[in-house]
Amino acid sequence: MDEPLELFGEFGNPSFLDLLRRQSPDLLPRLAVEPGSEPVRAPHGTTVLALRYRDGVIMAGDRQATEGFQVASRRIEKIFKSDDLSGVGIAGVAGPAMEMARLFQTELEHYEKVEGDNLSLEGKANKLSQMIRMNLPAALQGLVVVPIFAGFDDKLGVGRLFKYDVTGGKYEDTDYWAQGSGGKDARDSLKKRWKRDMSREDALRVAVEALLDASDEDVGTGGPDLIRGIFPTIKTITRSGFGDVADDEIRRVVETLLGERARAEKAAG
Amino acid sequence: MSAMPLPYYVSPEQMMKDKAEYARKGISRGRSIVSLEYPDGILLVAENPSTLLHKISEIYDRIAFAGVGKYNEFENLRIAGVRHADVKGYSYSRGDVTAKALANAYSQALGNIFTQDIKPFEVEVLVAEVADGNHSKNEIYHILYDGTIEDEKNYAAMGGQADEIRRFLKENYRETLALEAAIQLGVRALSVTQNKTLTEKDLEVAVLDRTKERRKFRRIPPEALAQLLRAGG
Repeated sequence: MDEPLELFGEFGNPSFLDLLRRQSPDLLPRLAVEPGSEPVRAPHGTTVLALRYRDGVIMAGDRQATEGFQVASRRIEKIFKSDDLSGVGIAGVAGPAMEMARLFQTELEHYEKVEGDNLSLEGKANKLSQMIRMNLPAALQGLVVVPIFAGFDDKLGVGRLFKYDVTGGKYEDTDYWAQGSGGKDARDSLKKRWKRDMSREDALRVAVEALLDASDEDVGTGGPDLIRGIFPTIKTITRSGFGDVADDEIRRVVETLLGERARAEKAAG
Repeated sequence: MSAMPLPYYVSPEQMMKDKAEYARKGISRGRSIVSLEYPDGILLVAENPSTLLHKISEIYDRIAFAGVGKYNEFENLRIAGVRHADVKGYSYSRGDVTAKALANAYSQALGNIFTQDIKPFEVEVLVAEVADGNHSKNEIYHILYDGTIEDEKNYAAMGGQADEIRRFLKENYRETLALEAAIQLGVRALSVTQNKTLTEKDLEVAVLDRTKERRKFRRIPPEALAQLLRAGG
């Protein structure tokens, strides 16, 4: 059965993960946690979301990392570019999640260089699912990493997004998804606001509003910080690539939304 | 009891000479590649009618690879280079991956193969790294079939007609050449030993473009190349 493989050896293997397994297994992000030991306390990333809009997908995340009841960081980034046409939003324990994002990015680029071609979006999503499964022993000890993966499928010409469970199970969602401690609140918000084929402007507003709602309800999720000038991270992934949304633009959306809410409060009281 | 067949003696000197001659013969059959520095980066031009089998490729953020000679052999070296770079960048940081380390690794590998294996690799490779800012310089390394390593400045040529091409470039190269002019010069250099005009169909062109974000490597597709070749000429 495995004769053809042996004939080719490892020559044609474009996987960076397999390369590490063969060559430097010590570099594999495997957290060996003794079964039955106390759960490790570590900073958690809180809320990330992805939603489809007319040109592709938008990914967004708040900037706070929380450790217990303490703020561990106010400025972490949770949305990572994995290649020109896809990104990962990380939720869960920040350390292993960021390492997973970095490994995933290297995996995609390695494949692209060795093969001279890009992986399909489906292939990328499956690869991420295998990485989450690798983390399962650590997850059982409380070091859970559950990312969102989103990208532009250049074969189908649409934006697509995938959510995962802790065992690496992969589920495609057609509209939107949010993950993390404020994920449920963000999803509730998206459920009311999301519409098919929204413009970029509308989609930005819906994304910011969902994060505002999450920070309103969830203590772990950081709201926009007007004093320090910290705003959510927002990225767009379209046919023309992975793009940043500038802080100034996000600030304007935040200020509009906060202004509307302040007026509504005043009218009510 | 049968006598052990005595291995016939060949002097090491003769053996190396034979191997070198064998390798050079293989390389001289292949088409050539030139590399030129221009203000915004490094240009690589290969005579290569195939659009699928590349002679020039990306290794890492600022590093490119080019190979002449036997395809399967330099392809093997290319993949080894991508692996070396990606593992290093993952275990340290992206900035720690350098052309110098990679060129040395190639030199060691080719040197070992040349001395230890019966058949040497019939290849020459080029490892180019574009400078990231004002404080560093472009680096271009040229590694031969026996592990000999040279660092090149301004321009480099390898393959069958490398000597003539180098002579031509020495006379015509200027540091201020913009990309368009550099491509035209590179193409003229490649055709200096043959009496046909090379068009975009015969060429593979890529650049390490300093003005690009993180990954500086960029292929110039045939349509764009055709325009660049026609422009100003």
